[in-house]
Amino acid sequence: MSLISAPRRDVAWIGRFSALLRYAVLIGVGLLMLYPLFWMVAASFKPNHEIFGSAGLWPQEPTMDGVVKGWRTGTEYSFATYLLNSFAFIMPKVLLTVVSSVLVAYGFARFRMPGKQLWFALMVATILLPKSVLLIPQYLMFREFGWLDTYLPLYVPCAFATDGFFVFMVVQFLRGIPPDMEEAAVIDGCNSLQVLWHVVVPVIMPAIISVALFQFMWSLNDFLYPLIYLSSVGKYPVALALKMAIDVTEATAWNQVLAMSTIALLPSLIVFFLAQKYFVEGITSGSVKG
Amino acid sequence: MYDNRVSGYLYIAPFLIGLATFTLFPFLASFLLSFSDYQLQDPVEQARFLGLGNYTQMAGDDTFHGSLGVTFLYVFITVPLKLAFALFIAFVLNFKLRGIGFFRTAYYVPSILGGSVAIAVLWRYVFAGDGLINQVLVWAGGEPLNWLGEPAYALFTVVLLRLWQFGSAMVVFLAGLQNIPTDLYEAATIDGAGKAHIFFTITLPLLTPVIFFNFIMQIVQAFQEFNGPYIITGGGPLKSTYLLPLMIYEEAFKYFNVGYAAALSWALFLIIALFTIIAFASAKYWVFYGNEREDGE
Repeated sequence: MSLISAPRRDVAWIGRFSALLRYAVLIGVGLLMLYPLFWMVAASFKPNHEIFGSAGLWPQEPTMDGVVKGWRTGTEYSFATYLLNSFAFIMPKVLLTVVSSVLVAYGFARFRMPGKQLWFALMVATILLPKSVLLIPQYLMFREFGWLDTYLPLYVPCAFATDGFFVFMVVQFLRGIPPDMEEAAVIDGCNSLQVLWHVVVPVIMPAIISVALFQFMWSLNDFLYPLIYLSSVGKYPVALALKMAIDVTEATAWNQVLAMSTIALLPSLIVFFLAQKYFVEGITSGSVKG
Repeated sequence: MYDNRVSGYLYIAPFLIGLATFTLFPFLASFLLSFSDYQLQDPVEQARFLGLGNYTQMAGDDTFHGSLGVTFLYVFITVPLKLAFALFIAFVLNFKLRGIGFFRTAYYVPSILGGSVAIAVLWRYVFAGDGLINQVLVWAGGEPLNWLGEPAYALFTVVLLRLWQFGSAMVVFLAGLQNIPTDLYEAATIDGAGKAHIFFTITLPLLTPVIFFNFIMQIVQAFQEFNGPYIITGGGPLKSTYLLPLMIYEEAFKYFNVGYAAALSWALFLIIALFTIIAFASAKYWVFYGNEREDGE
């Protein structure tokens, strides 16, 4: 109350003070949050005794020892193998997710059909369904298929729009687009698939990119599924290789493990900084719009 | 726009097949398995019907009770703290400050990376005996703490990993805040309303749909936390971070007690379902869906 009725000069002063306070909070919290990440990157270039010796960032005796030995890993494979393994199932996973999500979302958003409400509700419900209740039967099913220790259980389900979140995201995006252009294309003689390919896909490109980026990040972080499905070390993705590294590497070789953690995070960081607006749009599309 | 129901069903066919094969079938199968004595190494045909055996075992299983308690503790600490903090930072950011984009990015980075094994590994070293936190504590003149070895602290490290990822909830709050029409604020200010009054009568009610969305997503996620406890603490010490998803995993894939694990997973499912149903049922009392539609839709 007093803020409103205060004299003009005081308001300006209070405004500047409040801005200063906001910056102080933002910078303080930001530093506190990002410091562990900086520390991790810095530790990759330190000798181990220095990591234990000080919480500072700048290496006193910079060395590539951690990066070189970490990259070699304690196994018969180098870290490159694990990176390539990750991409070997993430790429088909992203592609299949995009294709299936767009097809299904198009069906939900643009077609009138009996039972649509029910299927849509079930799709939203699967977003909230805890994965652990499906985990065991899925494992048994893929074992019957003879798919254990292959990448198939990791990406084949994505061909069937099993991530309801992504379908929902594209449906929300489509709902925000008036179907005028599509109707014009129909009058010009296009069938629905041609309309989808020539008219809808170019328009919903931002949503498609968001889906691809989120699926890429999440798959890179995915740990539990590779953990139960893959058993040969030569097929391990980065996530499993890192877990193995902390179990196998001698307890004091922190710089090796932290250097590999840094490298493991690079693909996500690069993709994020190249395309951050799609992340912000993607994450808010399901909640605020519509 | 199309009335062709055959094409409509063709487009959603992948989803229907996936729903039946990878969701509904496993969902029912785990329900059936939860009444069996099935062991992972046996052929599936050997599963025997146990009746309620797994569920009576759960009722008398101290490990399960402990895990359940830890899980509730984890969820009840993490979700409110994370939402409150995300909302607070979104408020601080939601003013005409220079560099808002920079801060939004900086705060969002942990959410992008936080679920990864690399960060869980980093966390282990940050909280280790010679780790970053203890070095800072000693430098500040304090005593180093046994973060990962002391039951009272271990859960805290797992909670903190989740709190560190408040960015995604914050981005959603921020978008919600920016959707509130500014003329509402102006009208209230002209009427002489104070800041606190404006917050409780305009901002908070208009934000309830976003709060509701974030609350549901965070509850569902928190009950499924696996990477943190598995990698940082391994569920210990003294099972103080033995969250239910970790127990389900170990029962099934370490001890091979698939029937019991399936029963545990159904317990987790029912708990999450109960919370979701309560949240949705209560929504009509506190979530405010105004009659205004945002422009451009």
